Amino acid sequence: MFKGVVRVLPKEGILDPQGKAVEGALAKLGYDCAANVRSGRYFELSINAKTQQEAQKTLEEIARRVLSNPVIETFSCTLTEVQN
Amino acid sequence: MRFGIVVFPGSNCDDDCRHALEDVLQQETEYIWHGEQAFNDIDAIVLPGGFSYGDYLRPGAIARFSPIMEAVRRFAESGGPVIGICNGFQILTESGLLPGALRRNEGISFICNNTFLKVENNETIFTSSCTPGQVLSIPIAHMDGNFYIDEAGLERLRGYGGIVLSYCGSDGAVLPEHNPNGSVANIAGIVNESGNVFGLMPHPERAGESILGSEDGNYIFKSIIKSLESGSGRWTA
Repeated sequence: MFKGVVRVLPKEGILDPQGKAVEGALAKLGYDCAANVRSGRYFELSINAKTQQEAQKTLEEIARRVLSNPVIETFSCTLTEVQN
Repeated sequence: MRFGIVVFPGSNCDDDCRHALEDVLQQETEYIWHGEQAFNDIDAIVLPGGFSYGDYLRPGAIARFSPIMEAVRRFAESGGPVIGICNGFQILTESGLLPGALRRNEGISFICNNTFLKVENNETIFTSSCTPGQVLSIPIAHMDGNFYIDEAGLERLRGYGGIVLSYCGSDGAVLPEHNPNGSVANIAGIVNESGNVFGLMPHPERAGESILGSEDGNYIFKSIIKSLESGSGRWTA
Protein backbone atom coordinates (compact mmCIF):
# COMPACT_ATOMS: atom_id res chain seq x y z
CA MET A 1 0.00 0.00 0.00
CA PHE A 2 1.21 3.50 -0.83
CA LYS A 3 0.28 6.93 0.40
CA GLY A 4 0.12 9.62 -2.22
CA VAL A 5 0.05 13.36 -1.76
CA VAL A 6 -0.92 15.73 -4.54
CA ARG A 7 -0.53 19.49 -4.36
CA VAL A 8 -2.28 21.62 -6.97
CA LEU A 9 -1.41 25.27 -7.56
CA PRO A 10 -2.42 27.89 -10.13
CA LYS A 11 0.17 28.07 -12.92
CA GLU A 12 2.79 30.83 -12.69
CA GLY A 13 1.40 34.03 -14.13
CA ILE A 14 -2.23 32.94 -13.79
CA LEU A 15 -4.31 35.19 -11.62
CA ASP A 16 -4.97 33.63 -8.21
CA PRO A 17 -7.77 35.71 -6.64
CA GLN A 18 -7.76 33.75 -3.38
CA GLY A 19 -4.01 34.00 -2.92
CA LYS A 20 -4.21 37.70 -3.68
CA ALA A 21 -6.96 38.22 -1.08
CA VAL A 22 -4.96 36.39 1.60
CA GLU A 23 -1.91 38.45 0.68
CA GLY A 24 -3.98 41.63 1.11
CA ALA A 25 -5.23 40.43 4.49
CA LEU A 26 -1.69 39.63 5.67
CA ALA A 27 -0.54 43.11 4.69
CA LYS A 28 -3.43 44.63 6.64
CA LEU A 29 -2.43 42.56 9.68
CA GLY A 30 1.05 44.03 9.52
CA TYR A 31 2.90 41.04 8.07
CA ASP A 32 4.96 43.19 5.72
CA CYS A 33 7.49 40.38 5.48
CA ALA A 34 4.99 38.03 3.77
CA ALA A 35 4.47 38.15 0.01
CA ASN A 36 3.66 36.06 -3.06
CA VAL A 37 0.83 34.07 -1.50
CA ARG A 38 -0.55 31.38 -3.75
CA SER A 39 -3.57 29.32 -2.88
CA GLY A 40 -4.16 25.78 -4.05
CA ARG A 41 -5.42 22.38 -2.99
CA TYR A 42 -3.89 19.47 -1.12
CA PHE A 43 -4.99 15.86 -1.49
CA GLU A 44 -4.00 12.68 0.33
CA LEU A 45 -4.95 9.27 -0.93
CA SER A 46 -3.90 5.68 -0.51
CA ILE A 47 -3.10 3.62 -3.55
CA ASN A 48 -3.17 -0.12 -3.70
CA ALA A 49 -0.46 -1.18 -6.13
CA LYS A 50 2.15 -3.90 -6.43
CA THR A 51 5.13 -1.69 -7.14
CA GLN A 52 6.21 1.86 -6.40
CA GLN A 53 6.44 2.48 -10.13
CA GLU A 54 2.85 1.39 -10.73
CA ALA A 55 1.60 3.52 -7.82
CA GLN A 56 3.52 6.54 -9.08
CA LYS A 57 2.05 6.16 -12.57
CA THR A 58 -1.49 5.91 -11.20
CA LEU A 59 -0.99 8.85 -8.84
CA GLU A 60 0.26 11.09 -11.64
CA GLU A 61 -2.58 10.04 -13.92
CA ILE A 62 -5.16 10.87 -11.22
CA ALA A 63 -3.47 14.22 -10.54
CA ARG A 64 -3.38 15.15 -14.22
CA ARG A 65 -6.77 13.83 -15.25
CA VAL A 66 -8.95 14.64 -12.25
CA LEU A 67 -7.36 16.61 -9.42
CA SER A 68 -5.93 19.41 -11.56
CA ASN A 69 -6.98 21.31 -14.65
CA PRO A 70 -3.84 21.48 -16.82
CA VAL A 71 -5.12 24.63 -18.56
CA ILE A 72 -4.71 26.72 -15.42
CA GLU A 73 -2.99 24.57 -12.79
CA THR A 74 0.16 22.61 -12.10
CA PHE A 75 0.58 19.77 -9.65
CA SER A 76 3.28 17.92 -7.78
CA CYS A 77 3.06 14.41 -6.36
CA THR A 78 4.87 12.55 -3.61
CA LEU A 79 4.53 8.89 -2.81
CA THR A 80 5.53 6.85 0.22
CA GLU A 81 5.15 3.17 0.93
CA VAL A 82 3.14 2.34 4.06
CA GLN A 83 2.65 -0.93 5.92
CA ASN A 84 -0.82 -2.45 5.59
CA MET B 1 -37.71 20.85 -31.94
CA ARG B 2 -36.75 18.52 -29.12
CA PHE B 3 -34.22 19.68 -26.54
CA GLY B 4 -32.50 17.31 -24.14
CA ILE B 5 -31.74 19.00 -20.82
CA VAL B 6 -29.08 17.11 -18.89
CA VAL B 7 -29.68 16.98 -15.14
CA PHE B 8 -26.69 16.49 -12.86
CA PRO B 9 -26.93 16.22 -9.07
CA GLY B 10 -26.80 19.91 -8.14
CA SER B 11 -28.12 21.34 -11.41
CA ASN B 12 -30.56 24.10 -10.52
CA CYS B 13 -31.41 25.83 -13.79
CA ASP B 14 -32.77 22.70 -15.47
CA ASP B 15 -36.38 23.68 -14.83
CA ASP B 16 -35.73 27.29 -15.87
CA CYS B 17 -34.40 25.97 -19.19
CA ARG B 18 -37.41 23.70 -19.56
CA HIS B 19 -39.72 26.64 -18.83
CA ALA B 20 -37.99 28.94 -21.32
CA LEU B 21 -38.00 26.33 -24.08
CA GLU B 22 -41.33 24.64 -23.43
CA ASP B 23 -43.65 27.25 -21.93
CA VAL B 24 -42.23 30.35 -23.59
CA LEU B 25 -41.01 29.04 -26.93
CA GLN B 26 -43.30 26.00 -27.35
CA GLN B 27 -40.54 23.47 -27.91
CA GLU B 28 -40.41 19.88 -26.71
CA THR B 29 -38.01 19.09 -23.91
CA GLU B 30 -36.79 15.99 -22.14
CA TYR B 31 -34.76 15.72 -18.96
CA ILE B 32 -31.79 13.40 -19.29
CA TRP B 33 -30.35 12.11 -16.01
CA HIS B 34 -26.56 12.27 -15.82
CA GLY B 35 -26.34 8.54 -15.10
CA GLU B 36 -27.79 7.63 -18.50
CA GLN B 37 -25.40 6.32 -21.12
CA ALA B 38 -27.36 7.35 -24.21
CA PHE B 39 -30.30 9.38 -25.51
CA ASN B 40 -32.48 9.25 -28.59
CA ASP B 41 -34.27 11.64 -30.93
CA ILE B 42 -32.81 14.83 -29.56
CA ASP B 43 -32.21 17.91 -31.72
CA ALA B 44 -30.07 19.87 -29.27
CA ILE B 45 -28.51 19.31 -25.87
CA VAL B 46 -28.63 21.82 -23.03
CA LEU B 47 -26.18 21.60 -20.13
CA PRO B 48 -27.92 23.84 -17.61
CA GLY B 49 -26.51 26.01 -14.85
CA GLY B 50 -26.20 25.11 -11.21
CA PHE B 51 -23.63 23.50 -8.97
CA SER B 52 -23.15 20.00 -10.27
CA TYR B 53 -21.58 17.85 -7.54
CA GLY B 54 -21.54 20.89 -5.29
CA ASP B 55 -18.77 22.45 -7.40
CA TYR B 56 -16.40 20.20 -5.41
CA LEU B 57 -12.86 19.99 -6.75
CA ARG B 58 -13.57 22.57 -9.49
CA PRO B 59 -16.88 23.57 -11.09
CA GLY B 60 -17.70 20.92 -13.70
CA ALA B 61 -14.70 18.75 -12.83
CA ILE B 62 -16.71 15.79 -11.57
CA ALA B 63 -19.74 16.22 -13.84
CA ARG B 64 -17.53 15.82 -16.89
CA PHE B 65 -16.97 12.17 -15.89
CA SER B 66 -20.72 11.45 -15.66
CA PRO B 67 -21.78 8.60 -17.96
CA ILE B 68 -24.00 10.94 -19.99
CA MET B 69 -21.01 13.07 -20.98
CA GLU B 70 -19.71 10.30 -23.24
CA ALA B 71 -23.03 10.44 -25.09
CA VAL B 72 -22.86 14.24 -25.20
CA ARG B 73 -19.36 13.96 -26.65
CA ARG B 74 -20.54 11.54 -29.37
CA PHE B 75 -23.48 13.87 -30.10
CA ALA B 76 -21.16 16.87 -30.37
CA GLU B 77 -18.67 15.02 -32.54
CA SER B 78 -21.42 14.01 -34.94
CA GLY B 79 -22.41 17.68 -35.30
CA GLY B 80 -25.27 17.92 -32.79
CA PRO B 81 -25.70 21.34 -31.21
CA VAL B 82 -24.72 21.59 -27.54
CA ILE B 83 -25.25 24.69 -25.41
CA GLY B 84 -23.68 24.90 -21.96
CA ILE B 85 -24.95 27.67 -19.74
CA CYS B 86 -22.90 28.79 -16.71
CA ASN B 87 -22.08 25.49 -14.95
CA GLY B 88 -22.76 23.88 -18.33
CA PHE B 89 -20.01 26.07 -19.83
CA GLN B 90 -17.68 25.00 -17.01
CA ILE B 91 -18.47 21.33 -17.74
CA LEU B 92 -17.69 21.88 -21.44
CA THR B 93 -14.27 23.42 -20.76
CA GLU B 94 -13.44 20.76 -18.15
CA SER B 95 -14.34 18.04 -20.64
CA GLY B 96 -12.24 19.63 -23.36
CA LEU B 97 -15.22 20.14 -25.68
CA LEU B 98 -14.42 23.86 -25.47
CA PRO B 99 -10.98 25.45 -25.00
CA GLY B 100 -9.91 27.47 -21.97
CA ALA B 101 -11.01 27.31 -18.35
CA LEU B 102 -13.26 29.20 -15.95
CA ARG B 103 -11.51 30.45 -12.85
CA ARG B 104 -12.78 32.05 -9.68
CA ASN B 105 -14.08 35.60 -10.30
CA GLU B 106 -11.41 38.25 -9.99
CA GLY B 107 -13.11 39.86 -6.98
CA ILE B 108 -13.74 36.46 -5.31
CA SER B 109 -17.42 37.20 -4.88
CA PHE B 110 -20.50 35.61 -6.34
CA ILE B 111 -21.92 38.00 -8.93
CA CYS B 112 -25.64 38.07 -9.70
CA ASN B 113 -26.24 40.99 -12.01
CA ASN B 114 -27.59 42.00 -15.33
CA THR B 115 -24.96 42.30 -18.05
CA PHE B 116 -24.83 43.69 -21.55
CA LEU B 117 -23.36 41.40 -24.16
CA LYS B 118 -22.08 42.26 -27.58
CA VAL B 119 -22.75 39.68 -30.27
CA GLU B 120 -19.27 39.34 -31.76
CA ASN B 121 -20.27 36.62 -34.19
CA ASN B 122 -23.83 36.28 -35.44
CA GLU B 123 -22.94 33.60 -37.95
CA THR B 124 -23.24 30.74 -35.48
CA ILE B 125 -26.23 28.48 -35.00
CA PHE B 126 -26.60 30.02 -31.53
CA THR B 127 -26.71 33.66 -32.62
CA SER B 128 -28.09 33.58 -36.16
CA SER B 129 -31.19 35.53 -35.08
CA CYS B 130 -29.04 38.43 -33.87
CA THR B 131 -27.72 41.31 -35.92
CA PRO B 132 -23.94 41.88 -36.09
CA GLY B 133 -22.79 43.72 -32.97
CA GLN B 134 -26.24 43.54 -31.38
CA VAL B 135 -26.28 44.27 -27.65
CA LEU B 136 -28.17 41.73 -25.54
CA SER B 137 -29.26 42.22 -21.95
CA ILE B 138 -28.89 38.91 -20.09
CA PRO B 139 -28.03 38.30 -16.41
CA ILE B 140 -25.08 36.43 -14.98
CA ALA B 141 -25.02 34.53 -11.67
CA HIS B 142 -21.72 32.85 -10.88
CA MET B 143 -18.68 32.51 -8.65
CA ASP B 144 -16.35 31.04 -11.27
CA GLY B 145 -16.91 32.79 -14.58
CA ASN B 146 -13.49 34.29 -15.09
CA PHE B 147 -12.64 32.90 -18.52
CA TYR B 148 -8.99 32.09 -19.10
CA ILE B 149 -7.22 31.06 -22.27
CA ASP B 150 -3.55 31.47 -23.15
CA GLU B 151 -2.34 33.87 -25.87
CA ALA B 152 -2.10 31.19 -28.54
CA GLY B 153 -5.57 29.90 -27.68
CA LEU B 154 -6.99 33.42 -27.81
CA GLU B 155 -5.49 33.92 -31.27
CA ARG B 156 -7.03 30.65 -32.43
CA LEU B 157 -10.42 31.70 -31.05
CA ARG B 158 -10.19 35.04 -32.82
CA GLY B 159 -9.06 33.36 -36.01
CA TYR B 160 -12.16 31.25 -36.46
CA GLY B 161 -14.68 33.64 -34.91
CA GLY B 162 -14.88 31.59 -31.73
CA ILE B 163 -15.63 34.59 -29.51
CA VAL B 164 -19.39 34.88 -29.72
CA LEU B 165 -20.34 37.13 -26.78
CA SER B 166 -18.34 39.80 -24.94
CA TYR B 167 -19.28 41.79 -21.84
CA CYS B 168 -19.92 45.37 -22.94
CA GLY B 169 -21.63 48.60 -22.00
CA SER B 170 -25.22 49.42 -22.95
CA ASP B 171 -23.79 51.11 -26.05
CA GLY B 172 -21.92 47.98 -27.11
CA ALA B 173 -18.45 49.25 -26.20
CA VAL B 174 -16.27 46.38 -24.97
CA LEU B 175 -14.14 48.05 -22.28
CA PRO B 176 -12.35 46.79 -19.17
CA GLU B 177 -14.87 48.55 -16.92
CA HIS B 178 -17.62 46.34 -18.34
CA ASN B 179 -15.78 43.17 -17.43
CA PRO B 180 -17.61 41.78 -14.37
CA ASN B 181 -15.32 38.90 -13.46
CA GLY B 182 -11.84 39.32 -14.95
CA SER B 183 -12.41 37.25 -18.09
CA VAL B 184 -9.70 37.43 -20.74
CA ALA B 185 -10.77 39.93 -23.43
CA ASN B 186 -14.21 40.37 -21.76
CA ILE B 187 -15.22 36.97 -23.11
CA ALA B 188 -18.69 35.83 -22.04
CA GLY B 189 -19.36 33.07 -24.57
CA ILE B 190 -17.39 30.99 -27.06
CA VAL B 191 -18.08 28.40 -29.72
CA ASN B 192 -15.87 25.50 -30.81
CA GLU B 193 -14.18 25.42 -34.19
CA SER B 194 -16.88 23.20 -35.71
CA GLY B 195 -19.45 25.75 -34.56
CA ASN B 196 -21.80 23.32 -32.82
CA VAL B 197 -20.68 23.55 -29.17
CA PHE B 198 -21.42 26.82 -27.40
CA GLY B 199 -20.65 27.82 -23.83
CA LEU B 200 -21.70 31.03 -22.13
CA MET B 201 -21.74 32.29 -18.55
CA PRO B 202 -24.89 34.49 -18.86
CA HIS B 203 -28.28 32.82 -18.41
CA PRO B 204 -30.51 33.22 -21.49
CA GLU B 205 -33.21 31.16 -19.75
CA ARG B 206 -33.52 33.92 -17.16
CA ALA B 207 -34.21 36.54 -19.82
CA GLY B 208 -37.09 35.06 -21.76
CA GLU B 209 -40.09 37.09 -20.61
CA SER B 210 -40.76 40.79 -20.15
CA ILE B 211 -41.71 40.21 -16.50
CA LEU B 212 -38.08 39.14 -15.96
CA GLY B 213 -36.82 42.45 -17.32
CA SER B 214 -35.51 41.20 -20.64
CA GLU B 215 -36.51 38.85 -23.43
CA ASP B 216 -33.11 38.91 -25.08
CA GLY B 217 -32.28 35.37 -24.00
CA ASN B 218 -34.79 34.19 -26.57
CA TYR B 219 -32.46 35.35 -29.34
CA ILE B 220 -30.13 32.51 -28.37
CA PHE B 221 -32.80 29.80 -28.18
CA LYS B 222 -34.61 31.09 -31.29
CA SER B 223 -31.34 30.99 -33.20
CA ILE B 224 -30.91 27.32 -32.33
CA ILE B 225 -34.50 26.57 -33.34
CA LYS B 226 -34.10 28.47 -36.61
CA SER B 227 -30.85 26.67 -37.42
CA LEU B 228 -32.36 23.28 -36.63
CA GLU B 229 -35.42 23.98 -38.77
CA SER B 230 -33.21 24.64 -41.76
CA GLY B 231 -30.83 21.80 -40.90
CA SER B 232 -30.70 18.07 -41.19
CA GLY B 233 -32.64 17.00 -38.12
CA ARG B 234 -32.26 14.63 -35.23
CA TRP B 235 -29.25 13.01 -33.72
CA THR B 236 -28.92 9.95 -31.58
CA ALA B 237 -25.99 9.43 -29.25
